[in-house]
Amino acid sequence: MKQILQFTVNGEPRELLIDPKKFLVEVLREDLGLTGTHWACDTGACCCCTVIMDGKAVKSCSILAMQANGREVTTIEGLADGPNLHPIQQAFIDNWALQCGFCSSGQIMAAKALLDENPSPTREDIQLQMDGHLCRCTGFNMIQEAILDAAERLKGQK
Amino acid sequence: MKREYSIIGKPTGNVDGAAKTTGEAKYCFDMSLPNQLYGKHLRSPYAHARILSIDTSEAEKLQGVKAIITGKDVPGGKWGLWRRFRELCDQIALADDKVRFIGEPVACVAATTKDIAEQAIELINVEYEPLPGVFDPLEAIKDDAPLVHDDFENNINATRHIEWGNVDEGFAQADYTREDKFTCFPQAVASMEVHNSLASYDKGSKRLTVWSSTQSPYYLQLGLADALKMREGDIRVIKPHVGGGFGGKNSTMPDSTSAALLSMKTGRPVKIVFNREEEFISTEHRTGMHVALKIGLKKDGKIVARECKVITDGGAYTGLGATALYLSGIFQTFPYKIPNYRYDAFRTYTNKVWATSVRGFGATPTVYCAESQLDRAAKDLGIDPLQIRKMNVMEPGYEAPGQYKVDSCGIMPCIEKMEKRIKEKWPKVEENEGIGFSAFAYMSGGIFNWIDTPYAYSGARVQVNIDGTVDLFTQASDIGQGHNTVSVMICAEELGIGMEDIRLHPADTATTPVDLGAWGSRETLMNGNAIKMAAGQIKQKLVDLARAKLGENIAYDLVAKDKRIYLELRPERGFSYYDIVRDAIKLNDGEPLIGTGHYTPHNKGMISPAYGMGIMAIKAKVDKEIGHIEPQGVLIVHDCGQEINPLGARGQVEGSVHMGLGYCLCEDMPNDNGMLLNPSMNDYKIVRQRDMPQIELMDVPTYEAEGPFGAKEAAEATIAPTAPALANAVFAATGAEFDSNVLKPEKVLKAIRAAEAKKAQKK
Repeated sequence: MKQILQFTVNGEPRELLIDPKKFLVEVLREDLGLTGTHWACDTGACCCCTVIMDGKAVKSCSILAMQANGREVTTIEGLADGPNLHPIQQAFIDNWALQCGFCSSGQIMAAKALLDENPSPTREDIQLQMDGHLCRCTGFNMIQEAILDAAERLKGQK
Repeated sequence: MKREYSIIGKPTGNVDGAAKTTGEAKYCFDMSLPNQLYGKHLRSPYAHARILSIDTSEAEKLQGVKAIITGKDVPGGKWGLWRRFRELCDQIALADDKVRFIGEPVACVAATTKDIAEQAIELINVEYEPLPGVFDPLEAIKDDAPLVHDDFENNINATRHIEWGNVDEGFAQADYTREDKFTCFPQAVASMEVHNSLASYDKGSKRLTVWSSTQSPYYLQLGLADALKMREGDIRVIKPHVGGGFGGKNSTMPDSTSAALLSMKTGRPVKIVFNREEEFISTEHRTGMHVALKIGLKKDGKIVARECKVITDGGAYTGLGATALYLSGIFQTFPYKIPNYRYDAFRTYTNKVWATSVRGFGATPTVYCAESQLDRAAKDLGIDPLQIRKMNVMEPGYEAPGQYKVDSCGIMPCIEKMEKRIKEKWPKVEENEGIGFSAFAYMSGGIFNWIDTPYAYSGARVQVNIDGTVDLFTQASDIGQGHNTVSVMICAEELGIGMEDIRLHPADTATTPVDLGAWGSRETLMNGNAIKMAAGQIKQKLVDLARAKLGENIAYDLVAKDKRIYLELRPERGFSYYDIVRDAIKLNDGEPLIGTGHYTPHNKGMISPAYGMGIMAIKAKVDKEIGHIEPQGVLIVHDCGQEINPLGARGQVEGSVHMGLGYCLCEDMPNDNGMLLNPSMNDYKIVRQRDMPQIELMDVPTYEAEGPFGAKEAAEATIAPTAPALANAVFAATGAEFDSNVLKPEKVLKAIRAAEAKKAQKK
């Protein structure tokens, strides 16, 4: 029996009739075509699928889409301001914090949630918060540098 | 002459960065087509069994099931990457007479939804006759061992003998010899994007289009042509963005063959995505091997002979494993002058998923063994680890007879720079701390042509349009290593324009000149040369036209730089690039300017046209009570010729070290009679953020005449020295000697106790 899911995605109200067995990541990718959110493990172990729900970073593979009912979800597609990249996105590019890019969406969304909560993180704060995010390409150091750089850029904006 | 570049050598952000940070980049994983079906494989639960019958009738009745294929539906024969040796082309699209590993696909369903496809495979009834399996290479070679492939006696898939000098005489001259035995365990690829393909067959033209997460569109086109019995030209392979490859996406795999067959059968697009468990149990990994190593040295530390014997655990098929076997005999000799050398190796078939190329392939296991042994010899001889390396390293122009020639070679300056820096960086070590070293070198693409391509190894086409914008076409593959950025940088530098002037069209077999793909660090040198040649042809036309228009002395040199073409010594005399392009196209009867370039190495031996190299040091602290190793820092001095993009090169080094640390600290693939015990990202552990040390990377620039702008291999080389540098750090701290690449706490404790017992015995 399908159910109605009402939620806000990247600032836009959405109403969908969905199979309640579906995970949030499936609805985002398959029903809304927001394929920027990836997943890489099937077992909640990689954090590639991280999106922001009501200000918190969540693994969209590990919550049912219906749990997002009435909530606000931001995906990687909702981060840039029109044609202008978000400072975290720019910092990831400038610091070569991505290689294959497959895990980048999750890394960037987690970094956004982290910096919203803690605008001046230390390297250790980043390591702690981001520890669950797997990446096979970068070795993480350049991601941490990008987040530190993004923190500076965001402070400069204010 | 000092070379001044506008773009080359400058830290440059990824040209795909905006797409990849906004979610706009499309991976095959993200793609779908209207009316698409979903494919799912039924896989063997047996490591070795004869297939007696397959009954698909119940599954066919399930609503939504559109087609089911088994081995009988595969029109073509076997295929493989060793096309020059057809007997090694042993891969099959779906198992026909028997299954050879747990997870081997025996049937594939196409259905309207993923759920239906998954339900349907449960309804297929396969009758197996289980056969005894063979899981250890040392067992596999015994006369009474079951045969994985009936026509390969003693399960020997490939053999290699490499020899130069006179090894027996060499050992006779040695003042000191030692023998060590090692077992190197396999390593999973674990790319973030799993293998997946989308196939669409056009009923009218009878042509096939396949989008796939591949490292080499050309290899996939060849594999599909063999499997489907079609002409290469009737198969179009498109590589979208790829979520990592690391060597594991060179072979044609069932995601693409089954998707193609099912699309041909149903007339609808078919997508197949492996799940993570399928990825672990049925796709390729780094070769495990037994290694016996003997070294002979003079008292002063000069190496006089080395002998190496290797038996590898090949798994059920060949892949690029036979290549890895050859290179395992080569890269362990680098970057040293070994006057007398002998290597005997064979690769065995076993009832496991097969082993192939993985980042640093052919180097990572045997370099671990050789560099570990060298430090033990140095200690016995009372020679400093850096000193013994300095005694033996190659110099420019060094040749290993019949095998390789090394032109640019900065290994000695690398070690000298390391000596200086290490004194400043780590002036002393505390108790239970040690610093370990390992030298390294790796190829800039392979010369060996076992794929048997009749095409040039790399090709590129450059088109300059009326407004000066450039369309660059090449089949070279960016799989995350940053080659798209390198391609655009090289093209822009050669034409003297901006990167924003260039639109790159990569990796589509229908529209781009052949390139063999991303493996063995081949793209920068090989594809870079092809791009530079193609752009260079156009540059020449523009320069000639500018020269004619200027009417200057014919001996004066012109350069294309900063979007102008001008006299090198009178920069004020010249023209805008854009103006000259317009004139050139008018002169060309209105045709855009087209340059074509290609590259195939010649007169460079058997291995590679050039070698990146260097030395790594790791400082580590050992907890003697629990056996935990903490890598505290990594220092690398690297000669990669002229760096093209220092930012990208650093990224690749970071990633190589990360994977190299995983190779010894936490990654392993425990196997119980053919069953992988940890096929998930929860149980297969890679190094996490908090365990990753800081890396300091220093450069020793050389100029490699064979490479574009002097470039050669960068960074892939640095995976191989990571595990031995760490093991050597533990050796320096505790005297512990390891007989495998696994430096997990229980192994560390055991090795420390053995070292302490040995020390006590000596007293």
